[in-house]
Amino acid sequence: MDDLLREFLTETSESLDVVDVELVKFEQEPNNATILDNIFRLVHTIKGTCGFLGLPRLEGIAHAAETLMGKFRDGVPVTPEAVSLILNSIDRIKEILADLEAAEGEEPQGDDSDLISELERMSMSAEKPAAAPVKAAAPAPVVAEPAIQVPDQSLERALRPGEVSLDELERAFRETEIEVEVAEPVEAVVEAPAPKAQKAAPRAAAAPKDDDHDDKADKKAAAGGGVSNQSIRVAVETLEHLMTMVSELVLTRNQLLEIVRRHEDSEFKVPLQRLSNVTAELQEGVMKTRMQPIGNAWQKLPRIVRDLSQELGKPIELEMIGAETELDRQVLEMIKDPLTHMVRNSADHGLEMPAVRRAAGKPEKGFITLAAYHEGGHIIIEVKDDGKGLDVEKIKAKVIERGLATEAEVDKMTDAQIHRYIFAAGFSTAAAVTSVSGRGVGMDVVRNNIELIGGTVDLRSTPGKGSSFIIKIPLTLAIVSTLIVEAGGDRFAIPQLSVVELVRVQTNSEHRIERIKNTPVLRLRNKLLPLLHLSQLLGTYEGEDAEKAINDDNGFIVVMQVGSQTFGVVVDGVFHTEEIVVKPMSSMLRNLNMFSGNTILGDGSVIMIIDPNGIASAMASQASSAVAEQNEEADENRRVAGEGQKPISLLLFRAGAPEPKAVPLSLVTRLEEFEVSKIERSNGRDLVQYRGSLMPLVYVNEGDHHKLEGTQPMLVFSDSGRSMGLVVDEIVDIVEERLHIEVGSERPGILGSAVIKERATEILDLGYYLPQAFEDWFMRKEMDIRSLTKKILFVDDSAFFRNMLTPVLKAAGYDVTTCDGPDEAFEVLESGVEFQAVVSDIEMPRVNGFEFCEALRRDPRFRKMPVLALSAMVTPASIERGRQAGFDDYVAKFDRPGLIAALKDVFSGEMGVAA
Amino acid sequence: MSVMDHSVASGTDMIQYVTVVIGGQLFGLPISQVHDVFVPESVTRVPLSAPEVAGVLNLRGRIVTAINMRRRLHLPPRQDGQMMAVGIEYKHESYGLVIDTVGEVLTLSGKTAEPNPQNLDKRWAEISAGVHRLDGQLMVILDVERLLGAMMTDAMAA
Repeated sequence: MDDLLREFLTETSESLDVVDVELVKFEQEPNNATILDNIFRLVHTIKGTCGFLGLPRLEGIAHAAETLMGKFRDGVPVTPEAVSLILNSIDRIKEILADLEAAEGEEPQGDDSDLISELERMSMSAEKPAAAPVKAAAPAPVVAEPAIQVPDQSLERALRPGEVSLDELERAFRETEIEVEVAEPVEAVVEAPAPKAQKAAPRAAAAPKDDDHDDKADKKAAAGGGVSNQSIRVAVETLEHLMTMVSELVLTRNQLLEIVRRHEDSEFKVPLQRLSNVTAELQEGVMKTRMQPIGNAWQKLPRIVRDLSQELGKPIELEMIGAETELDRQVLEMIKDPLTHMVRNSADHGLEMPAVRRAAGKPEKGFITLAAYHEGGHIIIEVKDDGKGLDVEKIKAKVIERGLATEAEVDKMTDAQIHRYIFAAGFSTAAAVTSVSGRGVGMDVVRNNIELIGGTVDLRSTPGKGSSFIIKIPLTLAIVSTLIVEAGGDRFAIPQLSVVELVRVQTNSEHRIERIKNTPVLRLRNKLLPLLHLSQLLGTYEGEDAEKAINDDNGFIVVMQVGSQTFGVVVDGVFHTEEIVVKPMSSMLRNLNMFSGNTILGDGSVIMIIDPNGIASAMASQASSAVAEQNEEADENRRVAGEGQKPISLLLFRAGAPEPKAVPLSLVTRLEEFEVSKIERSNGRDLVQYRGSLMPLVYVNEGDHHKLEGTQPMLVFSDSGRSMGLVVDEIVDIVEERLHIEVGSERPGILGSAVIKERATEILDLGYYLPQAFEDWFMRKEMDIRSLTKKILFVDDSAFFRNMLTPVLKAAGYDVTTCDGPDEAFEVLESGVEFQAVVSDIEMPRVNGFEFCEALRRDPRFRKMPVLALSAMVTPASIERGRQAGFDDYVAKFDRPGLIAALKDVFSGEMGVAA
Repeated sequence: MSVMDHSVASGTDMIQYVTVVIGGQLFGLPISQVHDVFVPESVTRVPLSAPEVAGVLNLRGRIVTAINMRRRLHLPPRQDGQMMAVGIEYKHESYGLVIDTVGEVLTLSGKTAEPNPQNLDKRWAEISAGVHRLDGQLMVILDVERLLGAMMTDAMAA
């Protein structure tokens, strides 16, 4: 392709973009002659060049379009149809240009007569109404008409309607030449100090100005001066390479700095400092070359909005603020499409039809505002419309329909949470699929694209007022400021963009990690911040107990914000911040979404860069897995509660019958065997001398006898110096089993039957046997007489424990009332019976012991009442939980002496208070 | 005359192999694929990555993904001794195969290579391009394409 053609292509495509924008503007202000002149000039230039280069197709279209525009200039009223037609012609020109470029300068074959005839027809019809007012209209709009001053250029034929003279053509070339510089097919414009915004526009504006004064004599001066020598075109590739090299330089600089940091008084220090500064400046300079005004990404939007407005029948005005805001061209490329999509969305979904708007008291014309500005190292781009806002109900319905959440969940969500669903994949609320949007491939793609460049997108919507999307993106992708942290022995880099603050936590400080159901949280300025431990998240925690990692309440919390999600990442250490050059991970590691890349640190080691989005999504999925876990646990709890709690040790034995019997081992004081001869009979009952006193023997079944010879095994139960021997035939085994009494018993002495070791086993009721040994077992003399006056409410859902512990409590001299759950307990308490203390089980279905106790404490009547917790699970955490719930003490289920002692304690304490 | 015949005639079927030892077994890598041999130092492990990935390291300003070849070949980890690594290029990315030791460069004829024995461990067979009978020992030809390619697909599937 020859150079001239190449230059032509570059120039023309730029000019065409400007024409697009200008035309839309012109349609709105048909009387603005400057705009018209601009367009006219640009199209004219294109036409002229095409003719010169021998591109008849292009020339034909450009000419026809120009003719029509010429009519406008002569005062013909501007109609949307006419503008559309011209825009279509521009599109056709673009198409041909693209083919031209692909075909290396060969103009593609094709027929444009349809378009041309249409254009001509429009020109002709325009002529008629224009004919009459031509004199009146002509002077008004044509202010700076570059009229044909030299009419007598000889031409072989007459000018076609709207055709220009050779003079003008020549001038067009002159102008073209001004802008033609050494060029490459793909180019970025590097503009040094001068005009940044709308690079083409000022130039376009400058040219006609020249027209007025320009003489042929000035031609050279114009070509050599003005805009052209303030900017040069450089291939993007060259810039990219430069950027890479600078990145490497930054890394090397960092490395050197690290070395010098270790050698305190190095002579390199000063020159290195200088190198460092120069590098920083160089980096900044190179970055600047990559910067482009965001307006470049917006260029096509006015045209799109205009077309949409026509297509949808909604008048729309697009306002663009901050088009001069600069950002990295790589970023710019990435947000172009998302932005376009969002603007389309706003026009299609956001804005209402004119009639609806009128009814709502809004102006018929809808507004879409596009604003860009800097905010602390990021660029904020806002796409705002003044339409109806998001329809929360519609989204809700869709969310449920798509099965993204259940109805109950949706009801609990805030509007903002529901709004965010529009970013979910395949989500579209447009009732009908239009050609504009509503194909359901929208907002999720937008979000993905933005997240890809480390940005976030947020949205605010007010019903009836409109909605706005807020995009936050980093200025550049190449160099990122990161925080270097340590977790699980490894260092990681967290991009500063998403770091909000750092919090130091210590067990004793005001910032303390607390837990809700094992979920660590941090109270931070009256807000609860969910936490997660980085090393656990990454699976690198090496301690024995993963739970402990987060229990070590010393560390740092990096508070991060990703979109509207704020959370804390617990790390072991925080080092410093470092500017790093993100290097892509090898494709083998690219599936790890926790990392966005890696880089080489100043000390030469490689570090992984954390992807905040990856963490945020892990956080979300962890929450849902926690829910699953929770459900599992809840199931477990229910089952445990039903089966008589945790596994307990049971002593299996046989007595009086072949079927096994069992008694909780914890109640048995010891197992003894006595010589049969030692068994004495006195006062109608069998006794043995045991530890210096007589121990009565009790038989499981009345009428049973001890063995006649050999040794007699028995279970010894002791309490407060008294012992009882339960005579058994044979001690079988000690087993750990969940006790689930399946069949209750009517027989005295037997609580019921349970399956133990796959055999039906009778569970003994000790409360029945103890009084057999000593009738006064429950009413002994040494019993504190005052304790007899103490009424205790014993709450336990398990009949087994009620039956097992009631005798124990009675034995200690308390008046015990039992309830099978908090509900019944409240009934009893409400009935007016006064209790001095409550002993409650923890693991109960429906309402657990903690909740029961908290409920009790809320009632002023029971605020001071001693409440003891009784639980099969005694861990420091559960004790702490119990204390928080308001329990006075926390006792293990089988710790009978502990329970009695605890009761004594609370009463003595109470008495102390009373005294 | 076919292309094959031609190459034989001109003697271009001689391939140079860099030999390496992994867990006592001799392996050969075509020299054209080996970029450098280095001592892997300060390897940064990559959490959540495939177990064969030893980590990433800085090799003269390039980030290299190190593959633990013992792990890749399902051999027990090495207890002591200096590890070595062979730097290779795969799809424009740098990888380092962490091996036990590097041996000499051998020039062998492609004709003497034998296919994998049928009873070879499946996990080995999939990354081996054949076996050379040398004096006193056998050399397994490592197929870099398949060695790394398999890990890519694994990674994708994971």
